[in-house]
Amino acid sequence: MALLQLTKISRRYVMGSETIHALREIDVSIERGEYVAIMGPSGSGKSTLMNLLGCLDTPSSGEFHLNGSDVSRMDDNQLAELRNREIGFVFQSFHLLPRSDALHNVELPLIYSGMPPARRRQRALEVLDHVGLGDRVHHKPNEMSGGQRQRVAIARALVNNPSILLADEPTGNLDSRTGDEIMVLFEELWRKGNTIILVTHEEVVARHARRIIRLHDGLIASDEPSLGVSALHAVGKS
Amino acid sequence: MTLWQEIKEGTVISFAALRANKLRSGLTTLGIVIGIVTVTLMATAIQGLNGAFRKSISSMGSDTLFIKRFSWFNDSREAWLKSYRRPLITLDQIEALSRQATLIKAITPFSGCRLPVTYKNRTSRSVSVLGCNEQFVNIGGNTIAEGRFFNAAEANGGRPICTIGSGVATNLFPNISPLGKKIRVGGTTVEIVGIMAQQGNFLGAFSLDNQVIVPMRYYTLAFQHDADYEIQIRVASMEHIEDSKEEIRGILRKLRHVPPSVEDNFAINQQEMFIATFNRVGGIIASAGLFITGLSLFVGGIGIMNIMFVSVAERTKEIGIRKAIGAKRRTILMQFLTEAAGICLFAGLLGLAIAFPVTLVISQFLPATLSLPIVGLAVGVSLLTGIVSGFLPAWRAARMNPVDALRND
Repeated sequence: MALLQLTKISRRYVMGSETIHALREIDVSIERGEYVAIMGPSGSGKSTLMNLLGCLDTPSSGEFHLNGSDVSRMDDNQLAELRNREIGFVFQSFHLLPRSDALHNVELPLIYSGMPPARRRQRALEVLDHVGLGDRVHHKPNEMSGGQRQRVAIARALVNNPSILLADEPTGNLDSRTGDEIMVLFEELWRKGNTIILVTHEEVVARHARRIIRLHDGLIASDEPSLGVSALHAVGKS
Repeated sequence: MTLWQEIKEGTVISFAALRANKLRSGLTTLGIVIGIVTVTLMATAIQGLNGAFRKSISSMGSDTLFIKRFSWFNDSREAWLKSYRRPLITLDQIEALSRQATLIKAITPFSGCRLPVTYKNRTSRSVSVLGCNEQFVNIGGNTIAEGRFFNAAEANGGRPICTIGSGVATNLFPNISPLGKKIRVGGTTVEIVGIMAQQGNFLGAFSLDNQVIVPMRYYTLAFQHDADYEIQIRVASMEHIEDSKEEIRGILRKLRHVPPSVEDNFAINQQEMFIATFNRVGGIIASAGLFITGLSLFVGGIGIMNIMFVSVAERTKEIGIRKAIGAKRRTILMQFLTEAAGICLFAGLLGLAIAFPVTLVISQFLPATLSLPIVGLAVGVSLLTGIVSGFLPAWRAARMNPVDALRND
């Protein structure tokens, strides 16, 4: 079975007397090691799909299997555990804890998974070093640049060795140069074997992925492979 | 995550949160501090009052009966007025009772008045002058510290001798031994043969040591001819105190010519009545006092609840982030509960630190100290206040939907 298997997934929101169909019976399957971009204009169901893929929300109907477990029937606490173990989030506005330094922000998922302090500290330092912030571990978010904050967020996403790296407009709050740097980092991570799902409305960003799923009105409009723009950066094709 | 890890992590988080909002946290804490201070002081004062009462009352002796025309406690003003019309108790009746009663160990007539007492140029303006017989020293808490008490012959003979309370001794004889000295009591001169052991005061109202005790015969000759005598009796044994009372009642009814089926025209009082009444009144005062001071703690608790709601609302996004990366409901719940409990615990300790010097002042008037159970109570109550008032906000935080929480800005 695929890493992510969505079968006839629907998500409806009831707003007063109106029912909004954000997703209408879509089927998606993503294998381990894929680099997928999910695109679509606002209102296309893109965010809804991201919330479902990130196990932040459950579908109204349909089946969703993540790494073999049936997500659609899980309760709040099981979902929290699953997110902790399987999913690394990278958000547009970073979503770091403002009062905690980089190290503590990265340690947080390990705290919730119950890793002993000495081990989790070591692991967090390792990952921070890996994203190029080995000398910034005791800086708080407001003492860092946008690019550095996003690197902290990526370190936090990676620290638990999740199955999926789920990035929601990761370059949306960054200037284009810093954005490119972040995309290069994603490319590296993908080459190391991470599964990456990128949610974006920017064509330039989406073209970094190797597969692009386009949504329109809660349906999949197209789902096709992409060359991957990183070739243009001369990073070298695999 | 284990509970212990959650509490530890919650403590770290709440410290950071408190530091970030010093003024707000300080003001909220103030409510609990005031609550804990008042509750602690009230509990200490009540404990002190109880202690003072029991100490005073124990001087009466639990095996002592006090027989008077009046009951110590009347149900109504009418009952009191009625007992006021009863005939006086005479020395002859007491004499007869003393001869006839078998279930008693000691018996003395007892009467008192207040007079000035002078030795050379030193005067105590108002001293209790008490008349009784030689058995007085065998009743209640009356013991001789120095010298001797008067004997039966002296009690009946009416020699002008006395024993004095320790208060009189220190007031009139600051540097010399009072034994053998002659003092002026009212218009007469009496010789001191003994000093009573110190007894302290009764309910803080009057000193039991500010007294001069003279033989009953002398008392009637010198101070008061037809007094309203009281009878003090020590019963033969505590176990048969009811039998003693019954016997005394029968004899007195006969001596005082009370027809059958008419109620007694005297009252047999004992320490137990005091205790029963005190427990009733004291219990009401204690619960009312603790209730009223508890209200201030309640108000403080509402303050905590309010501020926790604000804290949860302000940190909605933080909660969203924590949930997204794997915090379970219980973890979030514990985080905010720990924060609320932490504020209250801190406030409780601060309250105790403020209350402690005040209890030292109170202890000047009442035998009250900040006891370990009260400290434990204060700490427990403040923790409980934190948990109770923090629960609703924490529950709201724990149940937040991560998608909505993350969208919050």
